[in-house]
Amino acid sequence: MSTSTVGHAVDERTYAAYSRPLWWRVVMTREFAMIVLLGVVYLWATGNVASFDGPLALYYLFLDIAPILMIALPMTLIIITGEIDLSVASTMGLSSVLVGIFHADLGLSIPAAAVCALAIGTACGALNGVLVGYVGLPSLAVTIGSLALFRGIAGGLLGTEAITDYPEQWTDLAKERLFGPVEGGYSGGWLGPVTEPASYPLVLVPIVVLAVVFGVLLHATSFGRGIYEIGLNEQAAKFSGVDVARTKLLLFAIAGAVSAFAGVYYTLRFGSARGDNAEFLELQVIAAVLLGGVSIFGGRGALPGVLAGVLLIGIVSSALRLEDVSSNVINIVIGVLLVLSVISTSLLAWISGLRVARTKSDHPTKGNQR
Amino acid sequence: MKFQSRRVAVLTAVTLLAGMGLTACGGDDDGGSGGGGGSAEITLLPKNLGNPYFDASRTGAEKAAGEFDGEVTEVGPDQAAPDAQVSYINTAAQQGVGALVVSANDPTAICDALNEARDAGVKVVTFDSDTDPECRDVFVNQADAQGIAKAQVDLIAEQIGDKGKVAILSAAANATNQNAWIKLMEEEIAANHPNIELVDTVYGDDDDQKSFDETAALLSRYSDLAGIISPTTVGIAAAARYLSTSEQKGKVALTGLGTPDQMRAYIKDGTVTSFALWNPEDLGYLAAYTAEALINDDITGEEGDTFEAGELGEYTVGADGGVLLGEPFVFDETNIDDFNF
Repeated sequence: MSTSTVGHAVDERTYAAYSRPLWWRVVMTREFAMIVLLGVVYLWATGNVASFDGPLALYYLFLDIAPILMIALPMTLIIITGEIDLSVASTMGLSSVLVGIFHADLGLSIPAAAVCALAIGTACGALNGVLVGYVGLPSLAVTIGSLALFRGIAGGLLGTEAITDYPEQWTDLAKERLFGPVEGGYSGGWLGPVTEPASYPLVLVPIVVLAVVFGVLLHATSFGRGIYEIGLNEQAAKFSGVDVARTKLLLFAIAGAVSAFAGVYYTLRFGSARGDNAEFLELQVIAAVLLGGVSIFGGRGALPGVLAGVLLIGIVSSALRLEDVSSNVINIVIGVLLVLSVISTSLLAWISGLRVARTKSDHPTKGNQR
Repeated sequence: MKFQSRRVAVLTAVTLLAGMGLTACGGDDDGGSGGGGGSAEITLLPKNLGNPYFDASRTGAEKAAGEFDGEVTEVGPDQAAPDAQVSYINTAAQQGVGALVVSANDPTAICDALNEARDAGVKVVTFDSDTDPECRDVFVNQADAQGIAKAQVDLIAEQIGDKGKVAILSAAANATNQNAWIKLMEEEIAANHPNIELVDTVYGDDDDQKSFDETAALLSRYSDLAGIISPTTVGIAAAARYLSTSEQKGKVALTGLGTPDQMRAYIKDGTVTSFALWNPEDLGYLAAYTAEALINDDITGEEGDTFEAGELGEYTVGADGGVLLGEPFVFDETNIDDFNF
């Protein structure tokens, strides 16, 4: 994984790139392209899709993509190290089932049940982390195993039953609007124009907090630099003092914790704990992260692009659903978007390589045909 | 780098936008149905798509819509999961359709979403599988539980000479419909069939292979089993498939709820004598007329409201906002070729 990345990474850091002004380097990135694309698609949808500009559209959109937004944050960090975590949705399903069982069968309050589920989710993630970081197994194999393992435990605990009895105050909280619905209109204040009722669900608050924490962690700490170093060249990272095993353990444990939190939210939002909750959500998370410009080979990517990627997938599927497009076609569109975005990066790297070879510029010729 | 990154940005944007543009063209063709509002615009949300049973309901709903000049749009998830239905309910709320006709995958999980849709002015009709009564306006019931339970017990009693051991092969252990029917079947057997003994209830989870395996297990566990009742279309077909190739073919009676297409071969080869079901096409037809009556404020879902449902005649809303389609229909050798669903 990391060997094929090196050539590209060096390319990424040539001085030519840094000879441009800062604003130019910010604007000419994959992340910025995603954000612009997101804006364009949003404006297009607002103008062309009936009822996309309605007060409910953004509210439901954020409710729907909230779990993906949450889990995409740690997933980005994991993929930047060159690893992957396929077990997140299973951890989510397990946490959902655990909240139900702790609450209904053991009589714990919802917060207590949620804390227990979070602890177990963290342990699930830590198990992945130990196997990947300290034992040194490939994360693809480990997390395919734990995907089946955690899902199996979730299914085994509840069978085909569902636990659907939760206090209303908690299920309402999961769907609460920021500042609550206000009779006869709502002043959006700094959040935007006056809409009624408020378009932003409360769940955005923990998401924004998490996004800021992960953003700072990845982009402004030495731990975050270590994450990129591991993805670029694990050996070099080790020699330059990055504790690779500990970093991976931490990242997987955090992913487990965030997935468990998403599971609690999911349970309360749908008022239903089932063993098959959130099945296949891991694929949507990984798709969004890759669409957001994170390299599957590790070492490259940034959080703003990922957030834009998640929002883009959310807006596209919401707009298409509003146009009565069937779920199969929506999957096809998202799939094509993803493949195009991945192809475009590789294809252009290749074209650019040809051009460099032809003009014999200062760059050494690179194959870059992946 | 400088060329590459800009080109990446531009080409990505262009290709993605082209993709969006193309899908937009595709979407606009049928987008007209989403915008109108007011008229009898009905969104049909079955448990899942690609299910012949719900395909028949859609045929009925479309036929009804043709008669009262409404429009039926069918949407739905690929898998019968409750959370998957929620986003379609949300979408219908945003579109402001006239009515949502839904078969619930879970009686409570989609409740809040349905109530939000009702707050947005959408009338909610459940059919086939109900939600909690406070989450919808009217439930179009395929046959009351009492009638379904009695029909199946009567069929098995007739086939086994009203005495012997009987087992039930159900769907999932938490399936709303099946559990209600099983309870009533137990009561009906206890009250009117003293010589029939209900020995076991097993769950095939509406999964063909699991139902098949559970049938095999039942037959080996109870060597003197006289009959099996399977109140689910997947279960009865799997049980019939097992019986038709086993030694017990013709000796162990099988009945329950099945669809004619799935059961035709087993009726013809003598594995199954008769089974029951309602007509899902009529069910969809009645659900669409109920939705139209709600949209036009002909009914509100109060007990005692009456409305006309085309060729099915007049219907009255019963207790808890229920509308009853009628008695279950019995399929046997004489009539099975008249049906195609």
